[in-house]
This record gives sequence, structure tokens and C-alpha cells, in this order.
Amino acid sequence: MTADENRDLEAEVRAYVGREVSAPKRGKDDVNLAMIRHWTEVTGDENPVYHDPEFAAKSSKGGIIAPPTMLQIWSMEGYSMCQEPELDVQRELHKVFDAHGYVGVLGTNTVTEFYRDLRPGDQVTAHTVIDNISERKTTGRGVGYFIETVTKFTDQSGADIGRQVFRVLKFKPNAETAEAKTSTAGAAAEKPALPTRIQAPRGHDNAWWWEAIDQGKLMIQRCKGCGSLRHPPRPMCGKCNSTAWDAIESSLDGEVYSFTELHYPKFPGYPYPLLCAVVQLREGTRLIANLAGCAPEQVFIGMKVKGKVERVDDKTMLPNFYPA
Amino acid sequence: MVARISDKAAIVGIGSTEFSKDSGRSELALAAEAVKKALDDAGLKPSDVDGMVTFTIDQNEEVDVARAVGCGDLKLYSRIPYGGGAATGTLLQAAMAVATGVAETVVCYRALNGRSGQRYSSGVSGNLITGSAIHYSWYMPFGLLTPASWVAMFTQRYMHLTGCSRDALFEIAHSTREYAVNNPAAFFHQRPFTREEYDTAKKICEPLRLYDCCQESDGGCAVVVTTPERARDLKQPGVMIRGVAQCAARDQEEMTSFYREEIARIPEMDLAADEAYAQCGLAAKDIDAAVIYDAFTPIVLWQLESWGFCNYGEAADFVKDGNLRPGGRLPTNTHGGQLSEAYIHGVNGIVEAVRLVRGTSVNQPKKPVRHALVTSGVGVPTGGAILGGMV
Repeated sequence: MTADENRDLEAEVRAYVGREVSAPKRGKDDVNLAMIRHWTEVTGDENPVYHDPEFAAKSSKGGIIAPPTMLQIWSMEGYSMCQEPELDVQRELHKVFDAHGYVGVLGTNTVTEFYRDLRPGDQVTAHTVIDNISERKTTGRGVGYFIETVTKFTDQSGADIGRQVFRVLKFKPNAETAEAKTSTAGAAAEKPALPTRIQAPRGHDNAWWWEAIDQGKLMIQRCKGCGSLRHPPRPMCGKCNSTAWDAIESSLDGEVYSFTELHYPKFPGYPYPLLCAVVQLREGTRLIANLAGCAPEQVFIGMKVKGKVERVDDKTMLPNFYPA
Repeated sequence: MVARISDKAAIVGIGSTEFSKDSGRSELALAAEAVKKALDDAGLKPSDVDGMVTFTIDQNEEVDVARAVGCGDLKLYSRIPYGGGAATGTLLQAAMAVATGVAETVVCYRALNGRSGQRYSSGVSGNLITGSAIHYSWYMPFGLLTPASWVAMFTQRYMHLTGCSRDALFEIAHSTREYAVNNPAAFFHQRPFTREEYDTAKKICEPLRLYDCCQESDGGCAVVVTTPERARDLKQPGVMIRGVAQCAARDQEEMTSFYREEIARIPEMDLAADEAYAQCGLAAKDIDAAVIYDAFTPIVLWQLESWGFCNYGEAADFVKDGNLRPGGRLPTNTHGGQLSEAYIHGVNGIVEAVRLVRGTSVNQPKKPVRHALVTSGVGVPTGGAILGGMV
């Protein structure tokens, strides 16, 4: 999809923000004991305040109440939804996304606030508004947009009894984008940006080292005054104070000085299992790098390794060290 | 030359907010409350304060806190860098100011929304917490992004060299948790745990699992430092700063000192210990209880060695012998530490060390506590302080 097409889609869908999904929906049944019983049986909630009139009367509630989590249940559509659901504004919005290839839908989370207890005989009416559509996001499931609806629940007197925010992701499933990637050159524009590793910020003192890595070389800074090697690079030699330096290319021979396997948190763009080591190079300096080509349980301090500077993702060249 | 700073300043007030996972208010609100409570504890007025010290990573400007609390004119405002390594460094600043007359009454504070706001466990990225982007360039592309991952690297090598096992790490986590169980302010109040829970908890970075790692917390803590003369007239018994030192050792990096001759030790803490002991003429045998910075379990081991409670490589046995427990040689982290009370960057530890000397810890050891040690975060430039009764 081109940038223009994205703009068109976004203009079209943003017009939906603020619109009511449909006329307010009054629950098909008032709050009633039978539905409360079905719900508590299914959820295994044995709290007597939901079914035992005597207990409930003596409790702080003063009588039977509905489980608060049933709030949304009272105004749900029921089985008619499985047939031909009414084309409300929310479904219309989803169809706009579908037409642009964002056919995936995933409920991501809800946040519900409860203002008062509901009791048998109460009537629940839901008023739902499209509240927010996010920027275009790259997610693990594919590129997409988060849509938030806000539902206000009112009772028979019109008073607010609760509020729910419901968030869904409308996305282009990854399989489809992967197909597009391999099909035609024209479809290359479709390719979503896959997460890459965090790039090393480059400045006066370190850019040259990363530029050499980009060229496939692992360099070690060398003082022109006293010949000592240093890593990470620094602008002055701590031994002789010379600011003149050049660099040698490393043999990439080394051994594991220490290591760790990184379990949590997992960061997008990094391969797991992920092993990180302090590598002692034959030249005498050390550096942090990833270990590759071995299982975590095979690694030990003192293990001989051989490095290889290689491409690890679309943006990143790095040294990897393999068992020698 | 040894600094002439021993017994020149005393801690006269301590204050903490509640500790939580979501304070629901600003870091400034937390700082102001902690400072006001510390002043109330001391029986001082905000207008008595003429100096303020905090961490460079604290988001509350000294003047904003002063204005919120209603302090008067400030003659000292100063900040210590390097994350939790700053904790007792704030005491050093306060003590130097008080000793030289630069200021008479200094508040040291730290307040953060460390769980509901910026979380350190989420790692360094484009949104760097501290230090320069260039420094972290050597680690970010490889995924070595979090404090746990940096500490794991030192730990793995320490275990390799000394034969220390996870039994010792468990003992630190467990003894600390047992203290927290009694502390109503602690996150793990009344929540003991078993070896099985410890061993099956989520893996973080080999060899660290979840309960080897400290809390992430919202909260604030403050202490008030003034002259010994003034301390004698205040509400609480003064707690003397007997020795206090900060140190960055040769070839130190911020959390990533991987390039030294040997990385499985913390020479900066060795130096700070030597300096603090030399200032007051005390030694490890004189320390009755301790608050040892515990962002992660293994770092407690290294500090026990630095402060001379045992020799290098012997800390695992020292803790497994129960020495950190209530009846042990060195009751340690009696508030539950940062592992189990809250992570307020070590300043809740200073507050606890003051309580230990006052005799008011919820887990006050039965023996008299004449001197308590409190330390700052390690892996970074660090330090420690020896607190004692008025002399």
C-alpha cells in the first residue's frame, strides 16, 4: 500500500470517530434471577449474594444483586448475531478496513467501570460510540489500527450505571504480507517494516567502529603513542594521554569470558534464545557480542569461539561468535 | 589522607510515603510528602531547610520540592549521578555541607514512580534512562539492555570463579522476604515464599530468576541531616554519620565494567569501605546490622566481601550460615530490602539504617545496634555510610 492509499484510508476511517454505533440498545431482558443463575453456574461463582435472598438481605447489599461483570451481558444481542447481524456503524467501519486488506480482527482488551449494583427488575441500555482510532501500528500479528469503542450503560431512569472501553486491532495478517513480499516487485511497497534490533547511536568516538562493522570488519582501536589497544573506543589513551590513534582488524579468535542467556523481557527484533557474552579476543581486548550456532546449555566460560561479522536483520550488521 | 568528616553531621529525621505499584500521583507529590514527613519526624519546620540533595535521575527539581514544601532560601542544591549508586552519596554531600557550614539543615530525597511510570526493567532503548547513548551503543544491538542482564554477566563469572551456587542467592532472597513478611510497608508483607516458588519463578537472565530481582515501586523517601549540636535539641535521637564515602574505581563503566582485569568483583566498593572505615576508625567487627543494596541477590554477596564481613569468595557460605537472619552475625535488610519492601533506589535503606540505630525497626535485632552499615547500588560508581549513635 502506498503512502497515498494509507492517507485515503485514514481519512475515511477517521470520519467515523465520535459516531454512535447504533441507536441506544435496550437489553432484551431486564435484569433477572434466571440469567443470573445461569451466569453464576457457568462461572462457578458461588457467592450467595447472587442467589440466596435471605443471605443477601442481611449482607451489606441488602438484597440480591447481579454479578457486576454481567453489566455488558444484559444488552448483548444474543443468537441473532450469528445469523445476519445488523450492519451498524461499527461493522461498517470494519468493512472499510476489510476493503483495504485489514481483514484481521483481534479483541485486545477492555476496561470496565461499575457505578452501581444491578438488581432484578433493572433495565440496561447501552450507548456505544467509536471513540478513537490509533495511528498505524506494526504489531506481532501484522500492521494495523487499534479501534476503541466506548459504551455507556444507563438504567431505566437514564442514570449512568457503568462504562466500558473495548479495544480491537484491525490488521493485515502477517501471512498475507509475507506473501506480498515474495510475489512481485510492485508489491514490495506492501512490505511492513519488520522490527529490527535497536541501532547503535553513532557519534564522534564510535561511528568509525560501526562503519567498519557495516563493512564486515571488527576493528580494535590502537593508540599511536604507546601502541596499546582499547575497546570500547575512547578519544584519549588513558595510559599515555595521546589522542592519536589508528585501528587494527581483529582476528575474531576469542573465548567466552562470561555470558548470560536473556529470557525476559523479550524485545521485538531480537532472536530467542538470545545469548550474550563478554568475549575475550586473542588481541587482548574484550567486547560484548552475541553467541550463535550453539544451544544455551552448551556454553561455558572458557569456550573457544570464532567471530563472524554478518547481517542479522534489514538494518543491522553485527559480530556473532560461534563455537570454534 | 582520610577525610575529616566523621561525626560532623547527624541524621535527625526520616520520612517515607507509602510504597505501591501505582501511586496515582506525581513524583513531585511523593517527594514533597516524604520531605515533609522527614521534617515532622525531626521536629523541624520547612523554613529550617537550607540545602537539598538528590539523584541526577530524580525528576523533581530541588527548587520545586522546596517550593512545594515551603522551604526558605537554599544555599546548597546538589545531585549525585549513577542511579542507585547515588543513595549514600547524598549523605556525603549533606555531611560535607553541614561540616563546612555551607548549609545547616539538608534534606536528601528520592521519589519515583518506578512501576507506574518509567520502568528500569524495560531496558535502555531510544528512550535512555541515564548515561549517554554512545555508552549504551556497545550493548543495545546485542540485546544486553536491562540492569538484570548486566548484573547476570558479572554473576555468572563470580559463580564460575568461587563455586557459589543458587543456594546462596536463595538464602538472600528468602531471609530478606522473611523480614518483609513482618513489615506492613513492604510489598511482600505477610507473603512468605518457598524454595520451590523461588526455583520455578520466571527466568529473567541466566542465572537470575524473578525473585533474584528487586521490586519496581512507586514511592519516596527522605532524610534530614544537620549539625550534631542542633541534633541534640531535636525530637528524635540523632543518628551520627560516622563514616561516608563514594567511589568510582579504575576502568569503571556505568553498569558495564566488562573490561577490567577481573569483572567478578567490585573494587569501587572495596575503596569506599576502606575510606569509610578509616574515617571513623571502625572495622567490620564493629558493625552490628546492615542495609546492603539489593537490586539483585548476588550483589549482596560482593558487598559483604567488600566491607570485610568475609573474604573474597566466601560470601556464599557466610549467608548460608544464616548470618543475615535475625539472630545472625549481621542482620541485613531488616525492612525487607529492595527485593521485598520497595525499590526506592536505596533511600528506603538509609531510612531503615536510621531505624536500626534508633532501635525502631519492625525487625529490630535483639542485640544492641551500635553501628549500622548502609550501601548504595553497585555495578555503578557507589558508596556506603556507617551510622551510629551520638558520640
